Amino acid sequence: MSKNTGANRFRKVDVDQFNEDNFQDELIEDGQDLGPNEGEVASLLNQNKHIDALKAALSNPPVATKNQAVKDQAAQLVLRVLLAFKSSDVEKGVNSLDSTTLDILMKYIYRGFETPSEGSSAQLLTWHEKVFAKGGLGSIVRVLTDRKSV
Amino acid sequence: MPEVHSFGIEPISCHAWNKDRSQLAISPNNHEVHIYTQNGGRWDKSHVLSEHAQHVTGIDWAPESNRIVTCGVDRNAYVWTLIDGKWKPTLVILRINRAATCVRWSPLGNKFAVGSGARILSVCYFEGEYDWWVSKHIKKPIRSTVSSIDWHPNNVLLACGSSDFKARVFSGYVKEVDDKPAATAWGKKMTMGNLMAEFSNGGGGWVHSVSFSASGDKLAWVGHDSSVSVVNANNQEKIATVKCAFLPFTSCLWVTENSLVVAGHDCCPMLFTHDDSDTLTFIHKLDVAKEKEGGSMSAMKRFQTLDKRATTDDSSSDLNTQHQNTVTNISIHTGTKERCSKFTTSGTDGKVIIWDFKSLESSIAGLKVA
Repeated sequence: MSKNTGANRFRKVDVDQFNEDNFQDELIEDGQDLGPNEGEVASLLNQNKHIDALKAALSNPPVATKNQAVKDQAAQLVLRVLLAFKSSDVEKGVNSLDSTTLDILMKYIYRGFETPSEGSSAQLLTWHEKVFAKGGLGSIVRVLTDRKSV
Repeated sequence: MPEVHSFGIEPISCHAWNKDRSQLAISPNNHEVHIYTQNGGRWDKSHVLSEHAQHVTGIDWAPESNRIVTCGVDRNAYVWTLIDGKWKPTLVILRINRAATCVRWSPLGNKFAVGSGARILSVCYFEGEYDWWVSKHIKKPIRSTVSSIDWHPNNVLLACGSSDFKARVFSGYVKEVDDKPAATAWGKKMTMGNLMAEFSNGGGGWVHSVSFSASGDKLAWVGHDSSVSVVNANNQEKIATVKCAFLPFTSCLWVTENSLVVAGHDCCPMLFTHDDSDTLTFIHKLDVAKEKEGGSMSAMKRFQTLDKRATTDDSSSDLNTQHQNTVTNISIHTGTKERCSKFTTSGTDGKVIIWDFKSLESSIAGLKVA
């Protein structure tokens, strides 16, 4: 019979990290992504330059960093820009982007779906429809498979 | 018109042709391999190879030696030889502790490679002294299941696609059967298991299939992130990638030095071109649906559909591509990787379809295989 020693620090050891079969995800290195420039995006929004604000918000996506706060901040910023668009302007906004930025936008749309707020999902669905029309099923598959997520 | 051959309703896990394309070996999603022989316009099931205890995941038929190698989920591979009209299996000791996923004979047919879920690539050769097949393992730095393999024409280098999102080129040099290979564009040092190159398209997405071009200088792979990538050994810095709007592809095959056919979850083979400036472009889908003959429905038909489906809608649930489900394998039918005139696709709809480039080029306006 083993003696109860009262020691239980061993319960907090993560044994999986010592398993040699453990997959170390090398793709996500802790990069110093700063995310989009909040001030620039806000000023463009105030000047009603929505398409430029969209491009600015989607630049420098914080995909390589593990800093959750930077990612949350970027996601909030992009959501603000997306909700500022009028439904009729969404298509123009989508057409102004190239295919890589379109993939990033699709990632943010799904990120936006994760935390719905008042009326956000409806607008996001409009965005989703237009981005899907241009990016196809491939853009959605990349949201699911890309290791670098927003 | 592509030749469509249906082998039942079960998915076809893998297929392989014999040298003169008169026989086809397929595995109908179970432990067996069925060999069909051409008989007039029909396919007759001439042999059933059942030695595997679990599903067969890969079949390859060596054209010169006429040997078949199969591998399966039961962690085994068998080499089958035709003796007196019967196929006799020989067990290959792979020494893996997970399922085997894919198998390929080397170009000279004296070795074969097996990929497995044990994160190991096994290169097997025949040890004459002991009269059995021996396997050598390539382990580092493969971090996940090996999903597909392809041999370089020099019989030594091996391309390996894995679910750790990378495509790699290894040396599968076996000193017992190989002569010392000359240096290639992939490198000089070719000791067994040496990693010659490792590529990733930067995105993520399991590599489903890899293919060396006819010269061996180009390597193509398709990933689960709906991408097609090609790297030229002479310019290893630049990986040409196309991130498609289609569903992911599951297989790829070079049909000329510059043209690549891919197929996958969209149930349709597609053509890509990789030119000398290392740019990869999508050319065209190779399955052009015939215009549906929209005649008017007869009254009888209308009531029948109303009775069966409670709607008078004529829309059938068939896909308008030849394959009705995912395409899982592509192989050369006539020709070589340098100049292929016919290729075969098999899929989860139980069909094997032979596509002819001559008729494709005439039926699709502007299609020219580079």
